[in-house]
Amino acid sequence: MSIALRTLDDGAWISVNNSRQVSVSDVWTLSRGVFCDCKPAYVLLEAFLDVRVDGPTVVAEAVGQCLECGVRETITYLPVGRIVDGTFEPVDPETVQSVLEPAGKH
Amino acid sequence: MASDVEKWKDELYGTEIRAEIERFAEAGWEAIPDDEHDAWFERFKWYGLYHQRAGQESYFMMRIGPPGGVLEPGQFRQLVEIADDFSRGPAENPEFGNGWIDVTTRQAIQLHWIRLEDVPEIFDRLEAVGLSTVQACGDSWRNIVGCPVAGKDKHEHVDADTLATELHDTFKRNETYSNLPRKWKVSVTGCDEGCGQGDINDLAFEPAEKEIDGESVTGYNVRVGGGLSRNEPRLARDIDVFVTQEQAIEVAGGISGLFRDHGDRENRYNARMKFLVDEWGPEAIRETLQADYVDFELETAGEDLRDSYSYNAGEADGKHDHVGVHEQDDGNYYVGLNVLVGRIGVDDAYELADAAATYGSGEVRLTQRQNIVFTDVPAENLDDLRGEAVLDDYSPDPHPFQRGSIACTGTEFCSLSIVETKNRQVRFGRWLTDNVSLPEGVENFHIHLSGCTASCAQPQIADVSLRGMKTRKNGEPVEALDIGLGGGLGAEPQFASWVAERIPADEVPGAIANLIENFTEVRDGNESFREFVAARDADELADLIEPEETDYDDPYLHNTKRTWYPYADEDDLEASPAPARADGTPISSDD
Ligand code: HEM
Ligand code: SF4
Ligand SMILES: [Zn+2]
Repeated sequence: MSIALRTLDDGAWISVNNSRQVSVSDVWTLSRGVFCDCKPAYVLLEAFLDVRVDGPTVVAEAVGQCLECGVRETITYLPVGRIVDGTFEPVDPETVQSVLEPAGKH
Repeated sequence: MASDVEKWKDELYGTEIRAEIERFAEAGWEAIPDDEHDAWFERFKWYGLYHQRAGQESYFMMRIGPPGGVLEPGQFRQLVEIADDFSRGPAENPEFGNGWIDVTTRQAIQLHWIRLEDVPEIFDRLEAVGLSTVQACGDSWRNIVGCPVAGKDKHEHVDADTLATELHDTFKRNETYSNLPRKWKVSVTGCDEGCGQGDINDLAFEPAEKEIDGESVTGYNVRVGGGLSRNEPRLARDIDVFVTQEQAIEVAGGISGLFRDHGDRENRYNARMKFLVDEWGPEAIRETLQADYVDFELETAGEDLRDSYSYNAGEADGKHDHVGVHEQDDGNYYVGLNVLVGRIGVDDAYELADAAATYGSGEVRLTQRQNIVFTDVPAENLDDLRGEAVLDDYSPDPHPFQRGSIACTGTEFCSLSIVETKNRQVRFGRWLTDNVSLPEGVENFHIHLSGCTASCAQPQIADVSLRGMKTRKNGEPVEALDIGLGGGLGAEPQFASWVAERIPADEVPGAIANLIENFTEVRDGNESFREFVAARDADELADLIEPEETDYDDPYLHNTKRTWYPYADEDDLEASPAPARADGTPISSDD
């Protein structure tokens, strides 16, 4: 079954199969110091730039700002959920995300 | 690759959407196929319908755009009746109750909690009084803004009202311009005070005079590519063109045609006129306009009136808005009333409609500061109008902190928002009024609160700009605000510079109080706040903002976006009654 994935309203949210699934303005916890030097970094997502699937994982490209040090950066590979049996299961933003490519890499 | 939005617009857009709305309204919300939701909601925007945020599915925001903000006699009352009958939500707002109208920063009216099933009747009622929602949202000519007292004002040089109306009549429902790469915002100023706010629009007409064939002609200079969104504010740029009233229509069509053909349809982020002007430069815009889009020789710019612009110009005195009692050029008066954060409950709104009809002509105009203006009030009616009880709350002489407040929609309904806005701004205003005094001679102080960088509340042109953010306080994420200072318009427009970031929202009133105290102490003579800010660098300014907790209480610090409605007793997303059928019964989802 094919999955319809897109960002809408100027990157305000990610639509999965025509339903609003992931929204900007949540704080995501990112580990490993790849976003900035803060460990972990608490990053407010301000806009989704793109969304795609990588295997079962739904991956977003997003702009965010670190709430501690203020760095504003693009995150190129942010897993926001998984497709399981054709259904979207969102990742909880508060769980630490470690699968994250270095910022700026495209 | 063209975006999905472009694909949907290619398939069906513009006036054809109307029949589809009627069809879905007839069959009910559930008739919209699940796999076509995104496409239809994108298209509905063209008819002024914007699907409300997550947790509020099946409810719509509806926007009605009267050109120049002019609501003719009877139109305001009709809007109030529509709000009364159809704009009722499943929960109350603690500041505003249930049932209200919002006056917006682009001189439009917004209604919330609208059911698709009710839309055809609402459209009929709007049309019965000559109003419409056409192109109020979506990728096209938005509501045309301008001097709210055009045609009445002593300061007027050209009749902005006539041009705004002609532009509206020409470019609404006009197939040639109905599908643009993005929104298209136009402003017409006719006065020497500059209250059309042209500088922050995609296309601005500003009053000018030009010597042509030995004769002095009045008309407009043209600027393009202003706007505030996305952390990329731009002032509209001078393209060195003067137009007469008649030429203005052709040039407006030409420039929006240029944007239609050359704006970026691949990338919606980049698809605004301001970025095209960045890329090409004003000269190339002018050359292309001349070569491909107009049939006559463009005049070079005339003499403008910008030096006399006083509106929001940051002087300690001077006219900053349209609040108060002002004489018209016909000897009658216009009376500008303050509307706190632009929201009017229906009961108050009925009383205001009555007052406008009893003491004036019944015309009600909307300003870009979210206020309303009654026009055509004869001198002998002024005292009786002032005596009306409803004017205690909608005052022609409000406290500066009430008068200067603007707030956008925020997490209450908007999917972009990061923080709660309108109720918070009401509470800020109340606390500041009770606790803070402005220094001698400072009668105006603008505080604008926007929930995100889209900047609908125009924060960058305020004395104090507030923009939604988050921070962590005691280990918990809380709603926060960035604070900018010193923005405004006038002859030398200036965007606020962001000097303090991520201040927890409950510490912001304390920060503003300390800032004003510091300003009062160190300002030079009767220096205005804007001059004071301009004379200092960002670090100095940051030191003058000392955020602190006070007895101000902020009930919205938690993540209001994670609620279905921030003020509901049971506010959890799980508790949402949406989507719902027309009668309000929830539609259970079993996916
Ligand atoms: C349900 C969601 C939204 C609501 C309730 C909302 C509300 C508003 C309001 C009240 C205004 C001023 C009035 C007017 O145009 O008549 C406005 C203007 C604006 N909106 Fe929105 N908006 C929403 C979504 C968006 C989105 C998705 C974007 C960006 C893609 C956006 C960007 C803007 C901008 C840039 C302005 C104008 C600021 C200026 O004058 O330059 N808004 N919006
Ligand atoms: S500024 Fe942002 S939060 Fe406020 S109404 Fe506009 S888009 Fe929504
Ligand atoms: Zn950091």
